[in-house]
Amino acid sequence: MSTLSLRGIHKSFSGNQILKGISLDAGENEFIALVGPSGCGKSTLLRILAGLESADGGEIIVGERDLSPVPAADRNIAMVFQSYALYPHLTAAQNIAVPLVMRNLTRTQRLPLIGPLMPGQRKAIANIRRDVREMAVSLKIDHLMDRKPGQMSGGQRQRVALGRAMVRRPAVFLMDEPLSNLDANLRVHARGEIVDLHRRAGVPTIYVTHDQAEALSMADRVAVMIGGALRQLASPQVIYDDPAHVEVAKFIGQPRINLFASQVGPDAIVAIGDNRLRLAETMAPGAPVTIGIRPEFVTVNRSGQHGLPARLDRVEFLGSEIILYCRLDAIGETVIAKLSPSEGSGLAAGMPVRLEFAADRLFVFAEDGRRLPSLPVGADIALEKAHG
Amino acid sequence: MNARSFTLGRAIRLFILSFGALIFLAPYIFMISTAGKAQSDIFSSSLSLIPQHLSYVANFTKALTRVSMTTLLWNGVVVCALIFVIQVAIAIPCAYAMAKLKFRAARAMMVLVMLGLLVPIHATALPIYVAFDRAALLNSYFALVAPFTISVFGIFLFLQFFRAMPDDLIHAARLDGMSETGIIARVIVPNAWPAITAFAIFSVVAHWNDLYWPLIVVSNQSYATPPLGLLYFRAAEAGDDYGALMAATLIITFPLVAAFLLAQKRFVEGITMTGLKG
Ligand SMILES: Nc1ncnc2c1ncn2[C@@H]1O[C@H](COP(=O)(O)OP(=O)(O)OP(=O)(O)O)[C@@H](O)[C@H]1O
Ligand SMILES: [Mg+2]
Repeated sequence: MSTLSLRGIHKSFSGNQILKGISLDAGENEFIALVGPSGCGKSTLLRILAGLESADGGEIIVGERDLSPVPAADRNIAMVFQSYALYPHLTAAQNIAVPLVMRNLTRTQRLPLIGPLMPGQRKAIANIRRDVREMAVSLKIDHLMDRKPGQMSGGQRQRVALGRAMVRRPAVFLMDEPLSNLDANLRVHARGEIVDLHRRAGVPTIYVTHDQAEALSMADRVAVMIGGALRQLASPQVIYDDPAHVEVAKFIGQPRINLFASQVGPDAIVAIGDNRLRLAETMAPGAPVTIGIRPEFVTVNRSGQHGLPARLDRVEFLGSEIILYCRLDAIGETVIAKLSPSEGSGLAAGMPVRLEFAADRLFVFAEDGRRLPSLPVGADIALEKAHG
Repeated sequence: MNARSFTLGRAIRLFILSFGALIFLAPYIFMISTAGKAQSDIFSSSLSLIPQHLSYVANFTKALTRVSMTTLLWNGVVVCALIFVIQVAIAIPCAYAMAKLKFRAARAMMVLVMLGLLVPIHATALPIYVAFDRAALLNSYFALVAPFTISVFGIFLFLQFFRAMPDDLIHAARLDGMSETGIIARVIVPNAWPAITAFAIFSVVAHWNDLYWPLIVVSNQSYATPPLGLLYFRAAEAGDDYGALMAATLIITFPLVAAFLLAQKRFVEGITMTGLKG
């Protein structure tokens, strides 16, 4: 069993800094999903981990050993590629067998014609056959073993690629968007299978995806990478309910979080609508901040005196939920709200509404994107202040 | 094919193509016809395609007995095979390195390859001849083969082909534990057959038919390649016996024609896949 640690991985391509010091620890059988927008350096990080690309600085430690000087072939790290990268001229069985043949047979045993004459070759090959068969059975692809990649469907190829990566029992398992070429149904189904496989293999796994649903549903912890830096590494709940950075809050969540530009008032109080929040740290009044609230914590009232007046721009019915796009009368900004169909029945575009925000679900971010811890200020305190 | 698809336009196109093919094939057809003519037929004033006195047997017997045809063909096979095998053995690793590995000299090598493409053998023939002469290497298979073992054209062709191969495939091979040589032998070559067949056509045809270089380095009949042999045959034996000469030419061109007809499908596949048409 092994653990994986990255310490300050740096990488630049022709002057552009692509990775800006990535540090990350993965436990013995932890499943970490690495998410981030396209081009943020996820694949580059995986390639560096696998040894296919060299880092400009930093350490890669598996178990106790620093792998930075070790060539890819000797790292015992397996990777599943987005394109699967199966050998087109080999059958599924041969594809899965390749890593075993390269590792378990000596150079002379691998030679054509001479190989079979070498002692022990027959037994080693029998062992490889057995391992490949076991792998195929566990992935339910044993009926495809004689087909070449060109004769298989996307889902079948993806399983063969998984088999080829797992069969040699790697110390670390890397996957670069392995499901992105599958259709939506198959993708959801394959998620569960990959999590199962990971449990059985019990090795640290880094799973790159730009599908946040995949990341949140599969991973033990989610690492959100933005512009070459790791913004947050935490459990899916924490990532969603307690984002550490405005970019994380923006990237995770569908539909995306509502953000409002605001300013710090006196006494480190930030106000939006009827809600007032006190920041844990003192900040100069007038400092710009961003306030965020997720769409499901926006309440839409058809009447009443509370909340911000707004007008319904658009109503999207999605079956299990309704998405409302409301334009605030005061500042003209659009607020997205997510309701259950029963709550939202009878709402139509053009109606005037009032929006209320759940006080304990408001996030405050500093100008540089950092999250500012804050607490809702109770109505009583607000009253007190008004009198005092 | 149904009747409707045979329209006027199609007929015209077919006619033009057939006409073109006929023009290109005419010399070869005429050669076949001449190989069966007796001396008197060839020098008669009327031009006829069908020989009046069929003397194929006589002409072929002359061609086969007066010159050691087997030596010529054998030399041709040995020289072409050696050239082709060594060219591929050098060009594939070289093109792989240039297409998929990152190293400082890659750009300089690309420039050298381009330069190599621009310099014809005629420019370097004399220095090489002098060097071989000093080294007493003339009149040998080595002299026939060595100047062609590094084919910049081959490197260029494979380079284009390998560039199109996905990087992930090579990354996967590295992770599976292959060395760079292992990648070439187990991943690159098995997937490069279209390019190798295309290159085979260009290389073998060029060197089988080459007269220029053998004429320079070979004066001993026992190392003569087929075209050079024909030249000797004409000068020494046949004189103006064109019937026998054409019969000998037919024998010498036959292996290539037969090879092409047998493997036509694969060749066409290879040439279209490497984008090297025309
Ligand atoms: N070999 C290279 N040379 C130069 N730039 C590169 C190279 N490889 C990647 N890059 C750049 O590095 C950045 C990150 O690329 P990378 O492939 O890691 O992104 P990614 O996060 O995997 O994106 P995606 O989600 O689209 O796969 C990109 O801007 C890309 O242009
Ligand atoms: Mg990527």
